[in-house]
Amino acid sequence: MRPRSVEEVQEAVRQAGRLRVQAGGTKPALSAPREGEEVLDLSGLRGVLEYAPEEFVFTALAGTPVAEVEALLRAHGQHLPFHPPLAHEGATLGGTVAAGLSGPLRHRFGGVRDFILGVRFVDGEGRLVRAGGKVVKNAAGFGFHRLMVGSLGAFGVMVELSFKVFPYPRSTATLRLALGRLEEALERMERLLALDLMALDLEPPATLWVRLGGLPESLPLRVERLQALLGGGEVVEEDEAYWEEARRLAYGPLLVKIPAKLPEIPRLEALLAGPRRYIAGGEAVYAGLEPEERERLKALGVPHLVLKGEVPDPLFPPPQDPFFLKVKRALDPRGRFPLS
Amino acid sequence: MDPLKALRAIYPPSRLLTREAELVPYESDALTAYRARPLAVVLPETEEEVVRTVRLCRELGLPFVARGSGTSLSGGSLPVEGGVVIALNRMNRILRLDPVRRIAVVEPGVVNLEVSKAAFPYGLYYAPDPSSQPVSTIGGNLAFNSGGAHCLRYGMTANHVLGAKVVLATGEVVHLGGEGLEGVGPDLLGLFVGSEGLLGIALQVTLRLLPRPERYHTLLAAYETLEGAGEAVSRVIGAGLLPGAMEIMDRLAIEAAEAAVGAGYPQAEALLIVELEGEAPEVEAEARLLEEVIAQSGAYEVRVARTEEERQRIWKGRKAAFSAVGRLSPDYLVQDGVVPRSRLGEALREIQRLSQAYGLRVANVFHAGDGNLHPLVLYDGKKPGELERAEALAGEILRLCIRLGGSVTGEHGVGMEKRAYLAEMFSPQDLEAMERVRLEVDPGRLANRGKVFPGG
Repeated sequence: MRPRSVEEVQEAVRQAGRLRVQAGGTKPALSAPREGEEVLDLSGLRGVLEYAPEEFVFTALAGTPVAEVEALLRAHGQHLPFHPPLAHEGATLGGTVAAGLSGPLRHRFGGVRDFILGVRFVDGEGRLVRAGGKVVKNAAGFGFHRLMVGSLGAFGVMVELSFKVFPYPRSTATLRLALGRLEEALERMERLLALDLMALDLEPPATLWVRLGGLPESLPLRVERLQALLGGGEVVEEDEAYWEEARRLAYGPLLVKIPAKLPEIPRLEALLAGPRRYIAGGEAVYAGLEPEERERLKALGVPHLVLKGEVPDPLFPPPQDPFFLKVKRALDPRGRFPLS
Repeated sequence: MDPLKALRAIYPPSRLLTREAELVPYESDALTAYRARPLAVVLPETEEEVVRTVRLCRELGLPFVARGSGTSLSGGSLPVEGGVVIALNRMNRILRLDPVRRIAVVEPGVVNLEVSKAAFPYGLYYAPDPSSQPVSTIGGNLAFNSGGAHCLRYGMTANHVLGAKVVLATGEVVHLGGEGLEGVGPDLLGLFVGSEGLLGIALQVTLRLLPRPERYHTLLAAYETLEGAGEAVSRVIGAGLLPGAMEIMDRLAIEAAEAAVGAGYPQAEALLIVELEGEAPEVEAEARLLEEVIAQSGAYEVRVARTEEERQRIWKGRKAAFSAVGRLSPDYLVQDGVVPRSRLGEALREIQRLSQAYGLRVANVFHAGDGNLHPLVLYDGKKPGELERAEALAGEILRLCIRLGGSVTGEHGVGMEKRAYLAEMFSPQDLEAMERVRLEVDPGRLANRGKVFPGG
C-alpha cells in the first residue's frame, strides 16, 4: 500500500491487520515486514507544507526525505541542528523520528527530541490525532510529538511533522587529534565538554574529531584556544565533507545505536571490535557488529537498537513497563503496529 | 474505610493537616481567583509515603493533587474539593550530582534554583529558568514543562529532563528515560513531562546540567514604541544571531519593576533585553554584530552590562515584573499565549485595542525570542464584574494566539484556567486521544481531577 494522502493512510490502517511503515528504507532492521505484516509505504506522502525561515519552523509530510528539507533550509542559511543520520541515503523525517536518531552535530543544541515541535499521526483505530504545535514554544496538551521519538511506529503512523530549525553557522572549522591511548582521548574529551562545540566525536581507538562553528572573525582564535586545550590537533581541510561522510554510518554487518556516557566508554570498548563512532561527547555510539557481538550485548543487558541487518528483535530491551503498555493500549488497542 | 483514619496510618499528626487553619494556605496556588478546600494535606518525606498515599487514594477513590510551592499560574495545583493534597516540599534533597556525567538526580520538591547553586562549583548549571525559579520546584517544572527566558536556544524543561522515577496514578512505580541525552525506544518520559499531574507523580528526577557559559553579553535598549522593540527582535534573528534570551517589557511593566526593585531602567514605551552567551571570542564577535543591528533598529538609548552585578540588575527588573505589577493593581491575571514571532507586532496592537475596549489596563512582558506573550490583565476583584471582564479579555487574547497560528500556553500550562481554550486549539479527536491515554493510566480520574480537559 502506498498512500498519497492522509485519508488514504487512515483507510489503510482501518483495513489492515498488522502494519509496518517504511519510506526511505535506510533502516531495514526496523522497516522490513515481519511474518503476517503488511507494508505501508509512506514515500508517496512527501513535501514541505510550510516554512517560515524567520520563525525557525517548518512543517512537512512524514515521508519527506531529510535531504530535500536540508536543501531548502540551506538556501535560507538554516539547518536541522540534530543532523539526522543517513540523510544522503534517503532517510525521511518520519523514519528519523520513529528511530529516534541524531547525528554528530546534535552535540551543540540537542537531538531529534529537542527539535520536534508537533505531529499529526493516525492511531491504531485510524483516527487522525494532532499534538504539539507549529511555534517554537508550546506547553498545551499531552506531548504525543515527543512520544513518537524512538517509538518505532508503535503508537501510530506519523503523517505530518513540525520542527524547530536554527541558523547554520557562518563559518566552521574541524580539528583532528590522534592520540596514543583511549584514556588520553577520554581525558581530553572531558576537558572539552565545557566548550561550545558543534561536534565532539571519538573514533576508536583514540582519535578525536572536534568541530567549531560561529562568526568568521572569532574562529581563528577559537581554533587556537582549542589546540592549546587539546595539546595539538590538525585543522581538517575538507570540514563540511568530513561531517557529511560521518553521518553516513556505513558500518555493518549489523548497524547498531548504543546510548552511552563518557565514563562508560572503556566498558563498551571492551565489547566492540568493528567500525564505530562515538558522537556528542560519548552520549551514543554507532557501531558495526557481527551477530554474535550483538548477542553478547543482549546477554550483558546493554540497551541498543539495530538499524541495519536482519534481526527479529531490533530494540533491546523491548519496552514492557506498565506505562508503555497503557499508552499502547490507548492508542493502538488492536495491536496493529510494531512492539505489540 | 475512613480516609483520614487510613492517612493517619501513613503519617504522624505533624505531617497530616486537616484543620481549617492549616488547610487555608493550600486552598489556592498563584492563580488566586480559584479556591478549593481539600479534605487533608499530607507532607510526605519519603518516596514510599507518596506511593502508599497514591495507592490508598486509588483504593478509596479519593482525588489527589500533587503540589510543590504552589506557584502555578494556571491553577495546576488547585486542590480538589474534599480530596487530598500531596505537598512535596519536604522531599527536597539533591540525591546525586555527577559532574562527569553532567547530571543531577533530585527529589521533586527541590527548588529549581537550588540545582544551579549545587552545580556551580563544577562550572555547571541547570538551564530552564522560569521567573519563579527561586521558589518553584523541579516536580512542578516537570509536570508543566516550564519554560523561561532561554527557550528559543535551549528548549523547555522537557529538553533538560533525562529520566524520572514515577508513581503512576495506578500506584505502579516505573522508571522513564535514563541518564543520557540519547536513548532507544519510545520517549515515554517526553509524554510524561508536561502532562500536568494527570498521569502520576515524579518521585525522582534526573536533570541534565550544562556548562556555564564562559561569557555573557547583556544589552538593554529603549524604544519609542512596542512595535519598534518587536521589529528589533526580527532584525537580530535576521542577522543570524541566536541569543540566549530576548525579552521585551512595555511602559506599564517597566514602571512596576522600577517601583518594586529599582532596576534603574530608562523611561521608555518599550525595553528590549538581549543576552548573548558562549565562548568569550565568539560572544565578543557577536556583540559587535548585535551593536550594529541595534544601532539600526531605532533604539534611542542602549546600555550594556559591564559587570555581573549590572547584568543581574537588568535581569532583576525583568524577573520581578509579574509580582511588581501587584503594586499597580489589587489583582491581575497573567496569560502566556504564544504567537509566531513575526506576528508579535500585530498581536500587541490587538491587545492594546482589547485593553481599551474592555476598559482594563494590560501590562506586557514577554519572551520575544520565542513569541511567548505575557499580558498581565489588571483588575480589582472587589469591583463587581471586573474579574469576569478580565477573564473575558484574557480569553480574547488566547483566541487571538490560536488565530495567529500559535498556542494558548507557552509555559504555564492549561491547568484550570485554559480548559475551555484547549478545545479551540485542538480538535475533539485530538483531545479524545489524550483523554484515552489518561483514562488508561487513571480510570477513576483521580490524579489532578478537573484540570486540562474541558470536561475535567
